[in-house]
Amino acid sequence: MKRHVNMSKQIAVPCGKAIGVAMLCVLSLLGQALAQGGELRFCLRSEPKTFDPLKVEDDASGAIRYLTGGVLVRVNRQTQELQPELALSWKVSKDGRQISFRLRSGVSFSDGTPFSAEDVAYTVQRLMDPALHSATGDAFRSGTGSVETKVVSPTQISILFPAQVTGLDRLFDQVAILSQHSPKKEMAVLGPFMVADYKPGSSVLLKRNPNYWKTDEQGHKLPYLDSIQLDIQSNRDVELLRFKRGELDLINSLDSEYFDKLAATSPQLVHDAGPSLDSEQLWFNEVAKSPIPAYKKNWFRSASFRRAISEAINRDDLSRVVYHGHAQPAVGPFSPANKFWFNDKLKPQIYSPDAALKELAADGFRMDNGTLKDRDGNEVVFSIITNAGNKARERMAVLIQEDLQKIGVHVNVVTLDFPSLIERITQTFDYEAIILGLTNVDLDPNGEMNVWLSSSENHQWNPQQKTPETQWEAEIDRLMRAQASTSDAKKRKEAFDRVQEIIVEQEPFIFLINKNALSAVSAAVQGANPVILSPETYWNAERLTVSGK
Amino acid sequence: MSLWQKVACLVLVLVVGASLAANWLAPGGYAKQYREVTDAPPSRAHWLGTDEIGRDRFARVLYGTRISLLLAPAAALLSTLMAALIGGLAGYLGGAWARTAMAVTDLFLSLPWLFLLITARALMPLNVSPLVSVMVTFLLLGLLGWTTAARVLCTTAGSLRTSDFLRQARAAGIPGRRLFWMHVVPNLKPVLYAQFWISIPVFILSEANLGILGLGVAEPMPSWGSLLKELEGLVSVGEEPWKFVPLILLVVVVTSFQLLLSRQEELAA
Repeated sequence: MKRHVNMSKQIAVPCGKAIGVAMLCVLSLLGQALAQGGELRFCLRSEPKTFDPLKVEDDASGAIRYLTGGVLVRVNRQTQELQPELALSWKVSKDGRQISFRLRSGVSFSDGTPFSAEDVAYTVQRLMDPALHSATGDAFRSGTGSVETKVVSPTQISILFPAQVTGLDRLFDQVAILSQHSPKKEMAVLGPFMVADYKPGSSVLLKRNPNYWKTDEQGHKLPYLDSIQLDIQSNRDVELLRFKRGELDLINSLDSEYFDKLAATSPQLVHDAGPSLDSEQLWFNEVAKSPIPAYKKNWFRSASFRRAISEAINRDDLSRVVYHGHAQPAVGPFSPANKFWFNDKLKPQIYSPDAALKELAADGFRMDNGTLKDRDGNEVVFSIITNAGNKARERMAVLIQEDLQKIGVHVNVVTLDFPSLIERITQTFDYEAIILGLTNVDLDPNGEMNVWLSSSENHQWNPQQKTPETQWEAEIDRLMRAQASTSDAKKRKEAFDRVQEIIVEQEPFIFLINKNALSAVSAAVQGANPVILSPETYWNAERLTVSGK
Repeated sequence: MSLWQKVACLVLVLVVGASLAANWLAPGGYAKQYREVTDAPPSRAHWLGTDEIGRDRFARVLYGTRISLLLAPAAALLSTLMAALIGGLAGYLGGAWARTAMAVTDLFLSLPWLFLLITARALMPLNVSPLVSVMVTFLLLGLLGWTTAARVLCTTAGSLRTSDFLRQARAAGIPGRRLFWMHVVPNLKPVLYAQFWISIPVFILSEANLGILGLGVAEPMPSWGSLLKELEGLVSVGEEPWKFVPLILLVVVVTSFQLLLSRQEELAA
């Protein structure tokens, strides 16, 4: 409002054309000024389970943490580089156990309580308290023992972990600093917005934090928006209709089907930011104790069989037909969108049913009257399960069913409710093949230790192995531990590049596609620049403005 | 038979006839994927367009109709027979038998059948062909759908038990089993027919509900349920009206069954 008043004063320029020109300039500036402020409206797809930033586990709570929480460092969602926020600078020790921060001075929480190194120490101690069961804190747990915090001065702190934490500095992107002294506890925030109202089952209203420390390049206080209205709405059809009616300003994540529907009428509103980090994959059950016939276990545990199935799947069609072109054939465990960690020597699998048949023939399989049989005469028939209701996965399964028919493999597609499906893949192991996806929120491969280590619960094709059952799994274990035990980025990259090569050679996961990051942003929103990292559309919420309301 | 009932009969004959002639009317089959023409509008090659993965919608409607219309009556027959056996016998025997049978029926009625079906589906072996999966789906529907009919039949058989003609037959020394088959069952026939016809649209809709949940007939086999799934997320009715053909067909067929059912009720009365 102050800028508005100042510009009004400038209108008083005397005489003729100069007045006209000046008025035009002023109106333009006035328009810009009016564009600032306003209310941004979009949907959370579920009820936020907590407003405590250290207890966040669900997407809705994560969105509120992102918009309200002040962090020491932030991964820039556009460049994927780490940038300073409340910390002016930081240093990680060579052994990767200690990190020291130099903090900004003169910063206050939303309730006016001053921010200091004591708040950082308080936050870290609370985060690492085992009684809190913080998923964010789990990422920092690399060894037994307690975390030591040393407040050197109000603007300097060093934190010592009991063992090396790989990618330590980037983990602080998820740690919103709490106030030690504020009576409002976690509701006192350092981020651009603060929770002003919460109607369970209906909405969350965020208002501008009057004490937010950041300014733009011209010295104007951020954020520009007055408020953000988050409506709790799980139905995506309703979300799309409300967006079309102008009741919402953005949809953070769109399905390809809805994307095309919206693009047909309003192409300027939809954004395809390119391949995201998320992948969809098929894998076979390789668990030795699983209740499936032994001859099928032999197929599934054969790398040749897995490679042949992979070669017989037309990924271009999966991308084009199922995702309407808004997905890319997957290359390996990491998406090319992960600029640093993706191994660019890897090439996409070429669709070739003939090559698949050759590979199978070399492994003792033969075609008999249009049906593939193994060396013992067993027909190659297996089921692929996926979760009922996920249209894209159901369609991929049906496309794969027809692709594999061409090499004589009969596939039965079974959709199951999600709890039954999870029970089968984690407890009973009563399944043959499955299509599911991995949502990657972390750029660093350390975030996937729980997938690639053979002893891990999420090593889905054959979890919780006491000792690696294959040489290549032992090699992956060794490389993953090696990359986690050094802070030398080059060495880590070399190790993880090799891990990616082994996974592509052995295909325990047959990676199918990487989905594109699709979103929709109303023309009323200025400053939006959707990216592939979450939160795709409002990662720069503090610089967004909404006009025309 | 009224004019509307004749029309209903004609509609059913046409629909059943077309579905049985699916191999000839749609030689491409229901599973073939024309991946270059996905989600296409009606054309000379594809009279009702193609679905999201390029399968001919006309072929899928014909084959889906065949499956739903052949298996729904089969499930209805199964459930009606079970209802006749449980409800009819309980009503005829009366006393503790009737009370026990109705307690079991009430127990079955109180079960959330949808969750029961989902659980039963989850317990089934995974590696079954689409044909077996569709038969199992309707078998489950038949096995779970007898309860309402059993109550009706129990009441009807109960009233027969105390009727004069049965008392006379019993007094004449006709044994119980012969009494049931020769005198009770023939008198239950109109009610049985009515229950049979009522069950058909119920099972068609139940399969459609399961299909919408993705728990009905396995891919690539079509059924009305899986065809109706296409309507999920359709934002505007006017944009792609040809997608409503399965829904219209379902409404027409169920209405036709209801019209014929009223004829059965007239006969029963």
